[in-house]
Amino acid sequence: MSVVRKPKAAGRKGLLFETRDWDFSTLSRIYETLEEMAETELGLSTYRNQIEVITSEQMLDAYASTGMPMFYKHWSFGKHFVRNETLYRKGWQGLAYEIVINSDPCIVYIMEENSATMQTLVLAHAAFGHNHFFKNNYAFRQWTDASSILDYLAFAKSYIAACEDRYGHEAVERVLDAAHALMSHGIHRYPGKHAPDLNSEQRRQQERADYAEKNFNVLWRTLPKTAGRKQRKPDEERRRALLGLPEENILYFLEKSAPRLAPWQREILRIVRQIAQYFYPQRQTKVMNEGCATFVHYTMMTRLHQQGRISDGAFMEFLHSHSSVIMQPDFDDRRYGGINPYSLGFAMMQDIERIATEPTPEDRQVFPDFAGCGDPFGVLKDAWANYRDESFVLQFLSPALIRKHRLFHLVDEEEEDELVVGSIHDERGYKAVRQALSRQFDVSRQDPDIQVVDVNLAGDRRLLLRHHVVDGVTLDKADATKVLQHLANLWGYDVRLVEADDGATYATHDASPSNLFQ
Amino acid sequence: MHIIDRRLDPGGKSLANRQRFIRRARSLVRQAVREASGARKIREVDEGGAVSIPADGVHEPSFRPSREGGMREHVLPGNKEFVAGDRIPRPKQGGGAGSEGSPDGEGEDQFSFVLSRDEFLDLFLEDLELPNLAKRQIMGDAQEKRHPAGFRTSGPPASLSVPRTLRKSLSRRIALRRPSPAELAALRQEIEEAEAGGADAEKLAALRAQLERQERRSRSVPFIDPIDLRFRRIEVTPEPIARAAMFCLMDVSSSMDEHMKDLAKRFFSLLYLFLTRRYRRVEIVFIRHTHEAKEVDEETFFHSRESGGTVISSALEEMAKIAAARFPADQWNIYAAQASDGDNLSSDNARTVALLRNTILPVSQYYAYLQVGRGDPDHEDGVFPRQETALWRAYKEILRPDLPMAMRKVNSRRDIYPVFRELFERKAEKERSD
Repeated sequence: MSVVRKPKAAGRKGLLFETRDWDFSTLSRIYETLEEMAETELGLSTYRNQIEVITSEQMLDAYASTGMPMFYKHWSFGKHFVRNETLYRKGWQGLAYEIVINSDPCIVYIMEENSATMQTLVLAHAAFGHNHFFKNNYAFRQWTDASSILDYLAFAKSYIAACEDRYGHEAVERVLDAAHALMSHGIHRYPGKHAPDLNSEQRRQQERADYAEKNFNVLWRTLPKTAGRKQRKPDEERRRALLGLPEENILYFLEKSAPRLAPWQREILRIVRQIAQYFYPQRQTKVMNEGCATFVHYTMMTRLHQQGRISDGAFMEFLHSHSSVIMQPDFDDRRYGGINPYSLGFAMMQDIERIATEPTPEDRQVFPDFAGCGDPFGVLKDAWANYRDESFVLQFLSPALIRKHRLFHLVDEEEEDELVVGSIHDERGYKAVRQALSRQFDVSRQDPDIQVVDVNLAGDRRLLLRHHVVDGVTLDKADATKVLQHLANLWGYDVRLVEADDGATYATHDASPSNLFQ
Repeated sequence: MHIIDRRLDPGGKSLANRQRFIRRARSLVRQAVREASGARKIREVDEGGAVSIPADGVHEPSFRPSREGGMREHVLPGNKEFVAGDRIPRPKQGGGAGSEGSPDGEGEDQFSFVLSRDEFLDLFLEDLELPNLAKRQIMGDAQEKRHPAGFRTSGPPASLSVPRTLRKSLSRRIALRRPSPAELAALRQEIEEAEAGGADAEKLAALRAQLERQERRSRSVPFIDPIDLRFRRIEVTPEPIARAAMFCLMDVSSSMDEHMKDLAKRFFSLLYLFLTRRYRRVEIVFIRHTHEAKEVDEETFFHSRESGGTVISSALEEMAKIAAARFPADQWNIYAAQASDGDNLSSDNARTVALLRNTILPVSQYYAYLQVGRGDPDHEDGVFPRQETALWRAYKEILRPDLPMAMRKVNSRRDIYPVFRELFERKAEKERSD
C-alpha cells in the first residue's frame, strides 16, 4: 500500500465537499486543491486543463469519435455509436466517468452524473495523471503535437466535408473505407531524419574526421583498389531506393507513389494516416498511461483523506470504485478478459514506490539502481517519461510482483496437442515471464509486419508486399483478402502479398483493382 | 483552468454518422426490419427497437493476425497448481487460453442496434404506396399553415418584434424612473442658468448632486435589457385536408377462431400504420357483424365473441350508412378492409356483391378483402385442396383491373406482411403506362 506520510496540517481547511452533490464552485475548489497538491507535493508537470461537463448523451457522441471533440464523418463512427448506444440503453455497458484528450490545453470531459467524490477522483485521474503522462512521455513528445491536434482535426473535418460536397458522399466514403482498412499500416514507427542544421553537421563532420585520424593506418593504403563499387550497384536496388522501398507505412507509400490517385484522395489518405499516427503512442503505453493515472489518483485521494479534506464516507466510495477499476480476475475466472492494464500498471508503480522506500534484499539485488533510494516520485517520473509498456515491463516487473500476481507463461505450439507451461513465478521463471509479458505488450509484435517491398513501374506495375511472419502466425485470410482489395483499388494495378519468414512461404494473396477510383 | 458546461450544447453530434451507417447498411437493415417485424407483435411494429444485421456486412477489415496456427505465448495471472513443464490439454475452442470472446462483442456474427421509430417505419414501409392517392390529392395534400400566436421571450433574431420589445423597455424605464435625455438636458440647463445667475452655492451643489444621481441612474438602467426582448411566436397547424377514414369489417361469427381474428388484426394494424404515414388524420371505424352488423370500439371488435349466422351484406350496409353520414366522399379518403373466413349465407352473396359494386366501391379509395384461413398446413396444400368459398368466388367475379379492389388469402402470421406488401407495392410499370 501507499507509503503513509505524516498528514500535513490535517483538518486545517476542512472538507472539500459535504454531500455527493456538486456545483461549479465545488469543482473549482476541488481542482485548485488537487492542482496545489500536484505541483507542490507530487511535482507533476501538466498542460493547462480545460474541464468540460457533459451528459451521457454527449459521452456517447464522444465515444463514437474516439473521444475527440470533432472528427470527420464516416459510417463506421455511426456503427460504433449505435453499438455503444444499444449496449448502454440495455444496461449491458456503463459509460466511462471521463475522457481525456492529449491536447494542449488538455481537454477533460467529465460526466454530470458523477458524485462529488467521483469528480475528485476523475479530476485527479485525468486532469493530473493522464495529463502529466501525455506531457512528459517520450512517445507522445516524439509523435504527437498536442497543441495542434484540435486544429488539425478541424481542418480534416472541413476538408472531408468539402470533398463530400464536391465529389459526392460515395466517392469520399470509398476512399475513407480503403484508408481505414490500412490505418494500422499507416504509421511511421521510427522517427524520420531531422532536417540537417549547421551545428550538428559540423559536429558530425568533426567526429568523422577524428575517427579517421584515430584509426589511420598506413598499411591500408597498400591494398590494391577494387573496381568501383558504385558502378556495380545493381539497378534494381537503386530503383527501389528511389521509391523509398522497402516501406512499412503503406498509406504513406500510396499517398506519395500511387499512380492513379487524385490530389484530394491523397490528402484523405494523409489525414487518416496522420490521425493513426496521433493515436499510435496511446497503443504503446496503455499500461503505463492508465497505471500512471491510477497511481496519481490513488495517491491524491489518500492524501486528501489523510489531510481531512474528504470524509470517511467519500473515501469509502472512492475505494469501492478504485478497487473495481483495478480488479484483475484470475485466468480461470469467468470474468477474465486479458491482463487489466489499470491493474498491472498500478501494481507496478506501487511496487516501484515500495522498492524505493522499503526494499527487500531481493529488490536490492534486482534493482540496484534505485532500491532504497527514498525518492519514489523521482524514479516514477523518470519511468513515466522514458519508457513505454514493453520496455517498462522489461525493466520494472519485480519478482515480488510476479509472485503476488502468480503470473505464469504458457506456450501454445500449433503442432503440439497440449499447451506447455513455460515458466512460473519461481527463481528460474522470473526472467522468462518478464520477457514474455513484455513481448505481449510490444505493439510491433501485435501488428503484423507488412512492407511494400517492390513495384515494377516499367512493367505491369504490380505492387509486391511482404508479410514477415513471426512465430508462424499468418494473417486472417478473409480480412487480408478484403484489405488487399482496398489496396489494389487505391494502387490501381495488381497487388500481391506474400506471407513468408526466412524459412518458408506460408501464403500468397493476389488482388486486382475491381472498381477504380475516379 | 477553465470549466465549461457543455450540457446545454446541441446534442445529436453523431446523427450524421448514424445516418451514414444506416444508409451504408440499408439493404441489410431493411431485411432485418422485415424479419424483426415478423417476430414482434404488430402493435409494437411502429415502436422502432432493436434489429440485428449480419456483422459481415458492416465489418471493417484490417490486416490482423489470424486466431489459429503458429506459436503463441500467453502470460496469465492467478497460477494455482502449475509448475514449469506441465502440459495442459488444449481448451476446446480457439487457440490457447487467451482467446476469450472480445468484450465489446465485435467479431460476433450479429451486429445489433436500436433504430428509432421513424427510421424503422421508413425502412419498413419503403417502396409502398397507397393506390389512388393521387385522385383525391386535388383536395390538397397535407399542408401546414403558419399563423402568429402571441409573443415569447426567446427566439431567433429574425423574429424579434421591435414594437413589443420597445414597449416593454419603455414601461421598464418608466417603472425604474430612468431619466429621459430631455430631463437631463433640462437639469443641465438649470445648472448653467444657476451658475450664470450666481445662485447660492448650496442650491448649486444640490442641483449638481441631483444631476449626478440622474446620470448614474441612466447608466445603471439600460435602455434595452435582455428581459425586454419579445419575439413573434409562430404556430404551425396542419390544415385538415388529407384525411382518411379506415373501415375495418370483420366477421365475428363463431366460425372465426382466435387465430383468424389475430391474422385480421395484424392486417388492420398494418393498414392503419400505413395510413398514418400518409395522412395527417386517420379515423378508424370498426364494424363487426354476424347476421347483423354493429359499429363497436376496438376492444369489443377484437375480443368479444358473438354467436349467430353470417350475413356480410349487413356489414356493408352499415359501412355505407356510416360513410354517408360522417365521411362524405368528397372530403374523406375512404379505405376499407374486410376480413372473413369466407363463409356467408349463400342467399346473401348476390346482395353483397351488388352493394359492393354499386355503393361501396364508388366512394372508396381502396377495398381490400382478406380471407383468413385456419393456418393448418394440412388444409393448405393437402391432397384435397379446399374448394374456394362462395364469397371468394362471388368477389372474384367483380374483380376488374380498374376497380380499386384487391383480395388475398392468408393462412399464417408470416404471410401477413408479404401479402400486405403485395397489395400496396409501388407499381412502377403501371404508372408509366397510365
